Amino acid sequence: MIGGLFIYNHKGEVLISRVYRDDIGRNAVDAFRVNVIHARQQVRSPVTNIARTSFFHVKRSNIWLAAVTKQNVNAAMVFEFLYKMCDVMTAYFGKISEENIKNNFVLIYELLDEILDFGYPQNSETGALKTFITQQGIKGQTKEEQSQITSQVTGQIGWRREGIKYRRNELFLDVLESVNLLMSPQGQVLSAHVSGRVVMKSYLSGMPECKFGMNDKIVIDKQGKGGASDEAGKSGKQSIAIDDCTFHQCVRLSKFDSERSISFIPPDGEYELMRYRTTKDIILPFRVIPLVREVGRTKLEVKVVIKSNFKPSLLAQKIEVRIPTPLNTSGVQVICMKGKAKYKASENAIVWKIKRMAGMKESQISAEIELLPTNDKKKWARPPISMNFEVPFAPSGLKVRYLKVFESKLNYSDHDVIKWVRYIGRSGIYETRC
Amino acid sequence: MPAVSKGDGMRGLAVFISDIRNCKSKEAEIKRINKELANIRSKFKGDKALDGYSKKKYVCKLLFIFLLGHDIDFGHMEAVNLLSSNKYTEKQIGYLFISVLVNSNSELIRLINNAIKNDLSSRNPTFMCLALHCIANVGSREMAEAFASEIPRILVAGDTMDSVKQSAALCLLRLYKTSPDLVLMGEWTSRVVHLLNDQHMGVVTAAISLITCLSQKNPDEFKTCVSLAVSRLSRIVSSASTDLQDYTYYFVPAPWLSCKLLRLLQCYPPPEDGAVKGRLVECLETILNKAQEPPKSKKVQHSNAKNAILFEAISLIIHYDSEPNLLVRACNQLGQFLQHRETNLRYLALESMCTLASSEFSHEAVKTHIETVINALKTERDVSVRQRAADLLYAMCDRSNAKQIVAEMLSYLETADYSIREEMVLKVAILAEKYAVDYSWYVDTILNLIRIAGDYVSEEVWYRVIQIVINRDDVQGYAAKTVFEALQAPACHENMVKVGGYILGEFGNLIAGDPRSSPLVQFNLLHSKFHLCSVPTRALLLSAYIKFINLFPETKATIQEVLRCDSQIRNSDVELQQRAVEYLKLSSIASTDVLATVLEEMPPFPERESSILAKLKKKKGPGAVSVTELEDSKREGGELNGGGDRGQDTATMAASNASTPSPSADLLGIRSTAPLGAAPASAGSLLVDVFSEAGPTAPSAAVNDDGFLRDLEQPTETSDSLLVEGSGDLDSAPPSEDPAPPLSEADDLLNKFVCKNNGVLFENQLLQIGIKSEYRQNLGRMYLFYGNKTSVQFASFTTTVSCPGELQSQLNVQTKPVEPLVEGGAQIQQVLNIECLTDFSDAPLLNIKFRYGGALQNLTLKLPVTINKFFQPTEMTSHDFFQRWKQLSQPQQEAQKIFKANNSMDTEVLKAKLLGLGTALLDNVDPNPENYVCAGVIQTKSQQVGCLLRLEPNAQAQMYRLTLRCSKDSVSRRLCELLAEQF
Repeated sequence: MIGGLFIYNHKGEVLISRVYRDDIGRNAVDAFRVNVIHARQQVRSPVTNIARTSFFHVKRSNIWLAAVTKQNVNAAMVFEFLYKMCDVMTAYFGKISEENIKNNFVLIYELLDEILDFGYPQNSETGALKTFITQQGIKGQTKEEQSQITSQVTGQIGWRREGIKYRRNELFLDVLESVNLLMSPQGQVLSAHVSGRVVMKSYLSGMPECKFGMNDKIVIDKQGKGGASDEAGKSGKQSIAIDDCTFHQCVRLSKFDSERSISFIPPDGEYELMRYRTTKDIILPFRVIPLVREVGRTKLEVKVVIKSNFKPSLLAQKIEVRIPTPLNTSGVQVICMKGKAKYKASENAIVWKIKRMAGMKESQISAEIELLPTNDKKKWARPPISMNFEVPFAPSGLKVRYLKVFESKLNYSDHDVIKWVRYIGRSGIYETRC
Repeated sequence: MPAVSKGDGMRGLAVFISDIRNCKSKEAEIKRINKELANIRSKFKGDKALDGYSKKKYVCKLLFIFLLGHDIDFGHMEAVNLLSSNKYTEKQIGYLFISVLVNSNSELIRLINNAIKNDLSSRNPTFMCLALHCIANVGSREMAEAFASEIPRILVAGDTMDSVKQSAALCLLRLYKTSPDLVLMGEWTSRVVHLLNDQHMGVVTAAISLITCLSQKNPDEFKTCVSLAVSRLSRIVSSASTDLQDYTYYFVPAPWLSCKLLRLLQCYPPPEDGAVKGRLVECLETILNKAQEPPKSKKVQHSNAKNAILFEAISLIIHYDSEPNLLVRACNQLGQFLQHRETNLRYLALESMCTLASSEFSHEAVKTHIETVINALKTERDVSVRQRAADLLYAMCDRSNAKQIVAEMLSYLETADYSIREEMVLKVAILAEKYAVDYSWYVDTILNLIRIAGDYVSEEVWYRVIQIVINRDDVQGYAAKTVFEALQAPACHENMVKVGGYILGEFGNLIAGDPRSSPLVQFNLLHSKFHLCSVPTRALLLSAYIKFINLFPETKATIQEVLRCDSQIRNSDVELQQRAVEYLKLSSIASTDVLATVLEEMPPFPERESSILAKLKKKKGPGAVSVTELEDSKREGGELNGGGDRGQDTATMAASNASTPSPSADLLGIRSTAPLGAAPASAGSLLVDVFSEAGPTAPSAAVNDDGFLRDLEQPTETSDSLLVEGSGDLDSAPPSEDPAPPLSEADDLLNKFVCKNNGVLFENQLLQIGIKSEYRQNLGRMYLFYGNKTSVQFASFTTTVSCPGELQSQLNVQTKPVEPLVEGGAQIQQVLNIECLTDFSDAPLLNIKFRYGGALQNLTLKLPVTINKFFQPTEMTSHDFFQRWKQLSQPQQEAQKIFKANNSMDTEVLKAKLLGLGTALLDNVDPNPENYVCAGVIQTKSQQVGCLLRLEPNAQAQMYRLTLRCSKDSVSRRLCELLAEQF
């Protein structure tokens, strides 16, 4: 279990220190600072073991969050908690920065008291927390409200309080995916996967029961068996195989296990309904074709072509191609047909930015790189060309089939709810070797 | 250094550095550096040539980036270009870059060396200095190869500037340290010594470092520096504090130079020239006087500088160790420091005093500070200072204050740091033994020691207690009583149980009269500890039990019950089981007489060097040991030698060894030579240890045990057979670990003297033993000459001649004691009167012990007294000879040997040898003129033994056939053995 939690600024000064267990001494704070933050060589592992004590850290801008324990704890749980903690803090006071943390330290300690108890994670649902940890100071609460808090903290549905009322019942559903790729120079896919999230924002009255359906291959196949064969063949094409998925605590897992249907009572406000990962039949939105030629010891010619590979009606945005340059680059000339390209010395790369690009198009950049002869015998390692973009579809092929809302007690039906669905595909680590 | 002009400020560099410092995160810093590197690359790449200023600026930035921890792989060429600039700042940055960043395999090294050469040959002193600094900073072998011959020239050239000389001296020192083989001595060396006379103090300071280093390798070449150093020192010491202006540091004139001079003098013995010595003594006195003066400044730097000189002076005084007056004054001075506020001063004072304590002149003076030192031991907060205090107490201890010091150390031990406990324990044990006047005090002390710090008491310590208790009759009763009381404590350390078990087993009877410590009470007390002990201790206790059966027959039933119980007789440990079974059998089968003989009280251990001392030496590290290492190994040999022979002489001892646990074997002297880790023998060989004394192999163990058991099962035979068996084993079991070279050497020596009576018996670095002897009939007189080859006197010099085993009844040797002191270079004489009672085969042993420089030397030799010395030649005719030859025709009377010639078969040599043997050489007796025939009568007190000898050489085969016929068969065998080695 988590023994303590520290928050440091970029200099390694402690902003927040909360120790939950006696086995964590005061020197643990310094140990992390000395061995990780101020380490001579940058520490890349998020888990560090120092003198039989484990430190799990995440970094948000310049702020380090470190959970520390002496026990053999589930590392995934700790990181899940740390990310949740970041979410909670963001929900309360916006961006996580040194200034914000300093200004809200009382609140943070209050939150830490609530979401961790003797190192065991407790309810960390922002919506629920906001009902009893407020930033406005304690208002005089009626007895009824107080008892409501008790039932909520201890009750079955900890993520939603009763008696919510909206004039307009609305529901927003975002499918956010990030596509990761590693491709060989010849265009062979070495590894590719999509990790996606379904994020919902619900403004619904009462205690509605929701049901969510998507083109999950298993569900479709099951239905296909019962239904007409031609329909099964048609929908089978569009169904996707989900490798693994995790759900928000509100989803009834027993029902998912037995019927593979996703039914739940949603929390109020924004939350992440599910996370999933797919590795098959991924639509790669862009293809990068590099051409690197070394002309003597002092010159390098680079030509990169990108091709967009989706419906021409769709538009990709925020496209950025990053072409690494050798460490002994002394000068760069770039010519590109579209967008803007620039040699960024501080990052040892040529950065080519294109604002918008439609599907089924291609664009090209060529650069001449001058090199300074060095006495170093090491050859340039040729790091891969990486790419960033945003496309308005899900590269995994996921489709939302339905989202039904049932509320038996109040008089609104599924049709009265206004639903919005949006797909956003982003690049994760999208690299092509050159 | 030339002032930096305004244009040289390098604003760009300042901006870059402040940018880096303002970076919020590491990533930002790396970004900034990447940007700067790209900028510099484009600048260096640029087609137009850079001017010196920007080149310098960029090289400087690169250097800064490198020092931040990033790799730099370009810019070397630009840096080398800077070297050829004429501007000081540019050259300086160039050299800085080179000395920090250049790696030796770079192809630029040739260019760099060239630039350095140019600068060295320029007449500009600052450039020369820069080049020299670069050489010294890089200090690689390549640099040494290129410039090692050049720098001495610069150093001694008459027209070189002072500052350059200074740099050159230090640069040469550096090169000498990295590659001494490349710096060749030459005519410059003598001129370097004269730099001590230089006007410029800086040059002298630099030169003296160089000379000190060089003179350690070649002391003779730099001998002349002593007088120069003394005169220089006296000039500095006698100067007023303002005389040396720049070189006066907080009112102390040239402290560094003084310290270095004093240190240089420590490389040499005291000057022989009286005038120089007088001057030096004067200097040292002045330094001591100055320490007494009130400080001229309250600043800590002032006192530090003053004390630095003082401590160097004191170590020089200790090094000389010849001026009692100075030594005592130094000691008093240090005494003042013992109570100084500064921890460092206290530490240094204690450390120096330790060395002072070993000097005979100042030992008494050191002793006056005992109270202060004890106080320091108790109250000092710093553990390292306490350690020094303990060292000093050990060093200053002698007979007069031993009790006090040991008591203090014991009481301190209870609270001492764990890191120094073991050493403290050893020290206490040694002091207690060394200065024990009253052995009951010694026993008390050691038992206390075991009680307080049992875990840190090594095996050697308790072995030693037992040795001493066994050797001293007067203390045995007291020891038994004390251990009995000590064992009554509910929790005893295991070592205490071991001592208790051993002593009660031997001397329990001495306290058995008291009803409170009746035999049964003793046994129950011991047995109550039994189950808490480890296997070796249990084995020891079992032996103690069997001894109890012998001592107190009334306990027999109880003990047999204990031995019979399953946990003993079926113990999973082989050693314990074997002991239980054997002891049970022994106690039930053997008669009381046999028991009493087998389990007789341990005979006294021979006196020899304490094994604890050896251990302490080992602990102190190789440095401390190396001095006495040689003597050590010699002595070890001697012990082994003595040990082996000693084992044979008393059969009883071997027998009682058989019933005592293995550690007793270690007491006999093996453990002190073997490393501690190797000592604990496996349980299986515990018993055998006793016999072989040197950890024999497992198979021999089995054989040995069988023999022991077989004898036990034959109660009809007298105990003698058991004893013979035991001692036979002792002979046959070879010391497998160490072949004991001195033993064979002693035999060789013996053979050397078979045919001659005078010569050098033994010689090593310390001692020479000459021998001169004459024999008449059955009497002989031997003169031994002991020559001290060293310049130091030998203290407590004693010699003992012993006749091991049967020899005692065969040979009578009388000696007069020698004087206990042998001065350095002196020779003393000892006369031995020898009487041959009957024929014998062994040689008497000569044991010599003395102290050389505090270390005990111990060696054992065989005296060259052989049976043939008592020959009377007999002339007879050929007829007579063959008649007698035929008379001695019984097969056992004849001994014959055919052997290969070791030496040349020269007739004259052979004749001389045969005459030297003491027999008459008979001509014209044998039909073959090649053969030699001798006759003689051996005169002993009891009888006369006639001997006839034939030696038949075969020149072709290089073989001899030797035939001996004597009226006594043992004589012919012995003579045959002796003679076979001679030809």
